[in-house]
Amino acid sequence: MFLILLIIIPLLTGILSFAIKGEGARILALLSSCATLAVAALVSGAGFSGSSTFTMPWIPSIGATFSLLADSMSSMLCLLTGIVVLVVFLVNSNKEVERPGAFYGFMLLSQAGLMGVFLASDALLFYVFWELALIPVYFLCSQWGGEKRIAVTFKFFVYTFVGSLMLLAGLIFLSQQTNGLPSFAWADIVHAGRSLPELTQHWLFWLMFIAFAIKMPIFPFHSWQPDTYEQSPTPVTIILSALMVKMGMYAVLRWLLPVVPEGVAYWSDTVIIMSVIGIVYASCIAMVQTDIKRLIAYSSIAHMGLMCAVAFTKSSIGMHGIMVQMFNHGINITGMWVVVSMIENRWGTRDMTKLGGMAITAPKMAIAFVLVSLASIALPLTNGFIGEFMLFNGLFSSHMVLMVIAGTGIILGAVYTLNMIQKTTYGNAVKMIVAKDLSINELVGLVIIICLVLFLGVYPKPLLDLTSGIAGMIVK
Amino acid sequence: MKAIIATTVLGVFMMFAGIAVSNKKSIVALAILLFAALFGVTIYELMDTPANSSQLLFNNMLQIDHSSLWFNMLMTGCTLLYVALLGKEIMKVGLHVAEYFALIFFILCGLFILTTYNNLLMLFIGIEILSIPQYILAGSDKRNLKSSEASLKYFLMGAFSTGILLMGITLLYGASSTFYIDKFGSILHYDNINPLAIAGIVFIMIALSFKVSAAPMHMWTPDVYDGSPTAFTAFMATVVKAGAFFAFLRLFHVSFNSLGQHWTLLLAIITAATLFVGNVTAVFQQSVKRMLAYSSIAQAGFMLFAILSVNSADAAYGMRGIIFYGVAYSVATIGIFSVLIKLKDYTYDGFNGLAKSEPFLAFVSSIFLFSLAGIPLTGGFMAKFYVLTAVVHQGQLMWLVIFALLMAAISVYYYFRVIIAMYFKPGTPELNSPITTGDRIMLAITCALVLLLGIYPQLFLESLGK
Repeated sequence: MFLILLIIIPLLTGILSFAIKGEGARILALLSSCATLAVAALVSGAGFSGSSTFTMPWIPSIGATFSLLADSMSSMLCLLTGIVVLVVFLVNSNKEVERPGAFYGFMLLSQAGLMGVFLASDALLFYVFWELALIPVYFLCSQWGGEKRIAVTFKFFVYTFVGSLMLLAGLIFLSQQTNGLPSFAWADIVHAGRSLPELTQHWLFWLMFIAFAIKMPIFPFHSWQPDTYEQSPTPVTIILSALMVKMGMYAVLRWLLPVVPEGVAYWSDTVIIMSVIGIVYASCIAMVQTDIKRLIAYSSIAHMGLMCAVAFTKSSIGMHGIMVQMFNHGINITGMWVVVSMIENRWGTRDMTKLGGMAITAPKMAIAFVLVSLASIALPLTNGFIGEFMLFNGLFSSHMVLMVIAGTGIILGAVYTLNMIQKTTYGNAVKMIVAKDLSINELVGLVIIICLVLFLGVYPKPLLDLTSGIAGMIVK
Repeated sequence: MKAIIATTVLGVFMMFAGIAVSNKKSIVALAILLFAALFGVTIYELMDTPANSSQLLFNNMLQIDHSSLWFNMLMTGCTLLYVALLGKEIMKVGLHVAEYFALIFFILCGLFILTTYNNLLMLFIGIEILSIPQYILAGSDKRNLKSSEASLKYFLMGAFSTGILLMGITLLYGASSTFYIDKFGSILHYDNINPLAIAGIVFIMIALSFKVSAAPMHMWTPDVYDGSPTAFTAFMATVVKAGAFFAFLRLFHVSFNSLGQHWTLLLAIITAATLFVGNVTAVFQQSVKRMLAYSSIAQAGFMLFAILSVNSADAAYGMRGIIFYGVAYSVATIGIFSVLIKLKDYTYDGFNGLAKSEPFLAFVSSIFLFSLAGIPLTGGFMAKFYVLTAVVHQGQLMWLVIFALLMAAISVYYYFRVIIAMYFKPGTPELNSPITTGDRIMLAITCALVLLLGIYPQLFLESLGK
């Protein structure tokens, strides 16, 4: 019963938010995200003991039901969504946005969509939420984004929409392969997929994988991503990079690997090679960026590439690593974007050649920035370390050469991240436009992030326990 | 049966009411009332007929079954919605307001025959009753040269296609010596078929493709839809088209489903061509009205999927697809036309800044456009879903499904151009007349219907079952 609340709370408050003029929307959004986080915490607490479900009839004639399932992977991602959205609202709560009612309304609607994607255990429902999460983001970017926003967002939308439609074709096809009545239930889809002949699984694999690869994004389907991240307003960038890319990863784990095992077995080397190319390629490009936002965008491609490569190795420690890393990457990159948006706010630029001396002018902000950056390059005792360690461990056992190549991504990651820290934090102090270190709400938001970074870095057991059972579900 | 009589009587009544009542507004009000009455009749007839029963009438010329009645009811509902939304605009087209409504009643009469025919002659009569009032409506704006051109073009091309239809019927009769559509199945056998019959099927397919504006028989559509008064384009592009599709499906479902292998490939090529021409040409249009004309061709491509699916074991899929698609497409298109007609400038720039000056209008148009583009939670998505499921179930045309979905992605380009203009471009659109509260309520109802179709489609297919 709690599961439906995870979708209903943001959905209703989101719709309500459109009707509110002025300050009320901001407070409503904060309250709503607190409530959602509380429910998510409750659900993931229950995830230790077993999965919770919620089922209701929807369209019986085509075999679609409104059924939600929170196993440990889903509840972990719901928890992540709850935390990230709350932090986004917190750090933005002293910033002016144009038409706050609509802005927060769209944000909450996309949260509802994300929750739905992570919880749906019916393929049609999954698809509906998959799209529902996208539409508000389209409006958010097009209305509140940067100068080139309309063209860039349109490219983003068409790109992901093409992928989604391919996915739809695949899901419809699968729903018709069940013996007897058509069904979209996860178990039936998995059963139908597994019993298909190998050749069918081959093309079905690409039909579905392209949609997920575009969302993650995996080289060569990534070209929408840096532009979109750069042009979106930072709160939306956070939603996109901390949560929406996880939709792609989650979908691979839930709706691809178990469904077409023979297709996966045949194509996994191709995908791993694509991912590793993406890691090296994105890291190289990240090194020559001067815009911090673009730099982080490319670093995100590298991180997701590693997770995707490991997902196709069938190693159970690797799978467990993905679970941990999905959570940690979401937390770390949120921290990065939050600081970037503050830099942009205080100095009026994101060009790191024009920045410097943050350690003198805004020491608290500098500390936070250094900490989350170190977590992002997976320094031991930060949360990034444990996940990345497990990922490389998973890749090592089956693809040693590729692991070594992917490993250069870590070195390159350290190069560009430390370079960025050096240029922005140290050196000659550049005068701030708004001379102010962290305000209280920003401090609270960053403290939440940093506590999680350090706590999970030192004592990752709660996260490892929460997601321990999931590898068995995927690699049967 | 009751509906056919009722619509004829009401049509004649409407015509004479034009003599008795001179006030245009009262005529519109009367028309809405009469359409509501007709809607009542269709509901009553549906309730009165037990499910899974069918009834033969007039020496087996008509066969009334449950899905036809359900479709009649939904289409009359769409017409009622159309008249309520656009009645005021119909009033502005010309002097003879009552006659326009009378003609719409006659079109519905043709539609009711097309949904229940059991004999090729009735198909022919139905198509003629459906078409002739449309030729008049297309040319009803007499002072406008484009309107007259549309009427003439439609009439000439329509007459030509009717000729082809008659030829096809004749050939089929020659091969099977019957006009009854339920007899063909037992007379024509797949492996031992008279070539005349195949020629007949192809001729009929071409004639019907013309009526539903499938490529390459679509050439008349953009000019006719663009030239006709916008108030009537909204009707011609929706209810009429859905009706023609139902007739198309009925014939191929009842008569030729066992001969699938003789016509499926041809129809699949027609479908692919329709999707391609409609979507790609729509991208290059500068006028939203003309874009909607091409979009209606593109949507026809999707409806053809339902017909492609009838040679499968379970034809209920195709039937469900055509009924649901017809309704979802009609409601959204009537909605977007009723917004378009309020604007002075029909180009994309005419929509610039609508979200600032008329946020409600912009919001409902976005929902209608979402539906046409097939975004989830709107009727258009479920409609595309149903027809695609039907073809996937049939199992041989997966390439066409993927092609169609790529084309649907192209359609996002031109539908979203309107949304971009409304929300993200500066400007103040000029309206023909201020938006009244009545307009707002009707648009809100239409919008709610689009969403309801998307969220709970079961409601509109209730009695059809599996």
